[in-house]
Amino acid sequence: MFTYYLQLALRSLGRNKALTALMVLAVALGIGASMTTLIVFHVLSGDPLPGRSAQLYYPQVDPRDNGGLMPGKDPPGQVTLIDGRNLLHARHADRQALMTGGSVPVQPDMAAIDPFYVDARYTSADFFPMFAVPFRYGHGWTAADDGAKARQVVIGHELNNRLFGGRDSVGRQLRLAGTSFRIVGVLDDWRPAPHFYDLNMGAYDSAEQVFLPLETALALRLDHDGSTDCWGNGSGGVGTGLPSNSCVWLQFWVQLNDSASASAYRDFLARYSQQQRTLGRFQRAPNVRLPSLMQWLDYNHVVPDDVRLQTGLAFGFLLVCLVNTVGLMLAKFMRRAGELGVRRALGASRRAVFEQLLIESGVIGLVGGIGGLLLALLGLWIVRQRAASYAGLAQLDPQMLLATFLLAIGATLVAGLLPAWRACQVTPALQLKSN
Amino acid sequence: MSTDIGPIVSTLRRHRTTAWLLVLEIALTCAIVCNAVFLIGQRLDRVNMPSGVAEQELVQIQLGDLAAGKDRYARAQEDMALLRQVPGVQSVAITNQVPFGGSSSNSNLRIDPSQHDPVANAATYLGENLPQTLGTRLVAGRKLAPGDYVNADVAVDALNRGRTEGLPTVAVITRALAERLWPGQEPLGRMVYLTDKAGVRVVGVLDTLVRPNAYRDATAQYAVILPLHMGADKDESYLLRTRPQDRQRVLAAAVAALHKADPQRVVTRKRTFAEVRQEFFRSDREMAGTLVGVCIALLTVTALGIVGLASFWVSQRRRTIGVRRALGATRADILRYFQTENFLLATAGIVLGMVLAYGLNLFLMAHYELPRLPIGYLPAGALALWLLGQLAVLGPALRAAEVPPVVATRSA
Repeated sequence: MFTYYLQLALRSLGRNKALTALMVLAVALGIGASMTTLIVFHVLSGDPLPGRSAQLYYPQVDPRDNGGLMPGKDPPGQVTLIDGRNLLHARHADRQALMTGGSVPVQPDMAAIDPFYVDARYTSADFFPMFAVPFRYGHGWTAADDGAKARQVVIGHELNNRLFGGRDSVGRQLRLAGTSFRIVGVLDDWRPAPHFYDLNMGAYDSAEQVFLPLETALALRLDHDGSTDCWGNGSGGVGTGLPSNSCVWLQFWVQLNDSASASAYRDFLARYSQQQRTLGRFQRAPNVRLPSLMQWLDYNHVVPDDVRLQTGLAFGFLLVCLVNTVGLMLAKFMRRAGELGVRRALGASRRAVFEQLLIESGVIGLVGGIGGLLLALLGLWIVRQRAASYAGLAQLDPQMLLATFLLAIGATLVAGLLPAWRACQVTPALQLKSN
Repeated sequence: MSTDIGPIVSTLRRHRTTAWLLVLEIALTCAIVCNAVFLIGQRLDRVNMPSGVAEQELVQIQLGDLAAGKDRYARAQEDMALLRQVPGVQSVAITNQVPFGGSSSNSNLRIDPSQHDPVANAATYLGENLPQTLGTRLVAGRKLAPGDYVNADVAVDALNRGRTEGLPTVAVITRALAERLWPGQEPLGRMVYLTDKAGVRVVGVLDTLVRPNAYRDATAQYAVILPLHMGADKDESYLLRTRPQDRQRVLAAAVAALHKADPQRVVTRKRTFAEVRQEFFRSDREMAGTLVGVCIALLTVTALGIVGLASFWVSQRRRTIGVRRALGATRADILRYFQTENFLLATAGIVLGMVLAYGLNLFLMAHYELPRLPIGYLPAGALALWLLGQLAVLGPALRAAEVPPVVATRSA
């Protein structure tokens, strides 16, 4: 029966090509636009570390003075160097890493390549195991290397390709900002989106190409980049000077394997704040937060407003396209009242007629869905040409491919419900008589 | 329209669902297009935000040192002397940030060191020769003089130690900031505090100077310039003023001169100010482009929907049309019939659309910090949809008018 109805549907659609094309076009445009924006939204609001993110937390303490104090206000989004070091060395979490961003000049040995700057991350050792960073060659450094201010470096595979033609460069020396470093590891492809561990460096920027021990970078007075927020007499430091202890400019992440250790850690942060207050460093009452990774992204509204707006807009557009299709289908089905009356008079049940018409709208949905998919691919290509840092992330994955088809067929079936129901309400006798 | 509305309404009543769907489609389109056009206007306003600087005459160069060696302050002075020698360069400045540069350094300002809450947050420009090079006019007071300047690291050190000696003592501020700090009063000679120790006396007022990360019009021009000698550093920029037609040549010559003086330095950024503006507002332009695309697509789909339904109704009513023609109706009557029908549907859609547009605007205001939709957009949107409807229905209506009276005599 299904194939017969399908034939009927195709014949009926073929009879009025312009109208069919119009309906398919409307569905395709609506699906194309909404899927493009939905895919971008899906990619941008995704989990940067699936499977791990639930155990990662971003501790916040409030070291500010009482100037501009507003009760209930959230603590700063970063930590001072002194608090960062204290929390790092307390080792109260399963893993912890203190970090900041920067950029360093790379001075290749070969004269053929001019020196160039790359983005760098200065971090303590747990960064790699805690974020499950994949290595192509070698490994990260150890906490002992942090303490020894070791001249060790981990590089990204893009930089490895550029400098060493992609070969295993572990053990080789690399000159950065006038200092020689030993390469201990080369990363595999790694681009967590969003760039969750430091949202100030561009929420969707790619990962850095150079990773150095934080203490080494501080000792060498390497340039640091990112947000520096000061209060009181604090100043961000100029040239090679470090920001003062009245400035927050580092990110501190911890891994806590279960909820018991998370709540224990929150208590620890409160105790730490109280202790610092007793010492006279903190002025405010303990004001701590411990958001999980996804909560932290949420709190920072990491998905750009423009992307949300575009997604809403595209679904508004899809709605208009569907209303348009419902109208056209209704007109079309009603016009065939005579033909349907004959079928009904010959014994077809209302249900059979309904099914037949629904299959017809399903065909429009399927064809429109394919068209919409092509348009979505075009739309994603256009997004990728944009300057936004997230542009390169706009790719279709199998999950969203399936979603596209479900949306297209689902939407047109829903759109077909009303016209099909109205059309199968016709009284057979009346239709036969009028003709 | 002289055609009787009565018969049209009664016909539409027989196609009530279809007619309502068309009305709904027009209403949704009207609501979305009105708001989208409003958003486009907002974005274009932003893209054209004035900077208050001589945009067509400026270029920016940033350099990084491979290894810190020389004295940074001496270095900066040498660089600026060198850049002044480049043919075509009229003025050279060093600055910690540039208007519309994106990344910014800001200070919370108080007019009394004991104030609990700051009065304003202002972009803090640090550097030499800035107003002259940027081409922003001094409207009151004096320029920063050589005697006002201190080295940046000395000032930072003093600040960190909570001392006042070594800090700059004067500043120039923009007129907008002066008006925010002391509304309606004379700003010259007044003290403004960056911290409780760092108070500076306002010696000059600038006409305009936009902040590096201007997002809101109201605070876009809050800026202060402090007299600090900046060291040559990766984060600092040299700004060069030249004639518009010389920009590219000057940029290339300046980079070559710097490279010749010390090949161990890497140029991390070289661009004209036109490019600075271009990059800063790129996402706004892209958003406006997307919105234009959505509007066009929406109007097209709606127009095609009208064409489709009208064609359908025309072919459905061929016999009726034939009968009317046989009974004496002219072609113009038939044409007008369909035009009036469309006008009625569009009007219903527009009325509903206005309500939806207003509701959508309220939603956007609540979620995206948008202002209220100016009332003028509604009649403009109405006019656009009426026109669209009439254009879309014209084809099918003309075809209807072509139906010969003889059709009435044929059986269906």
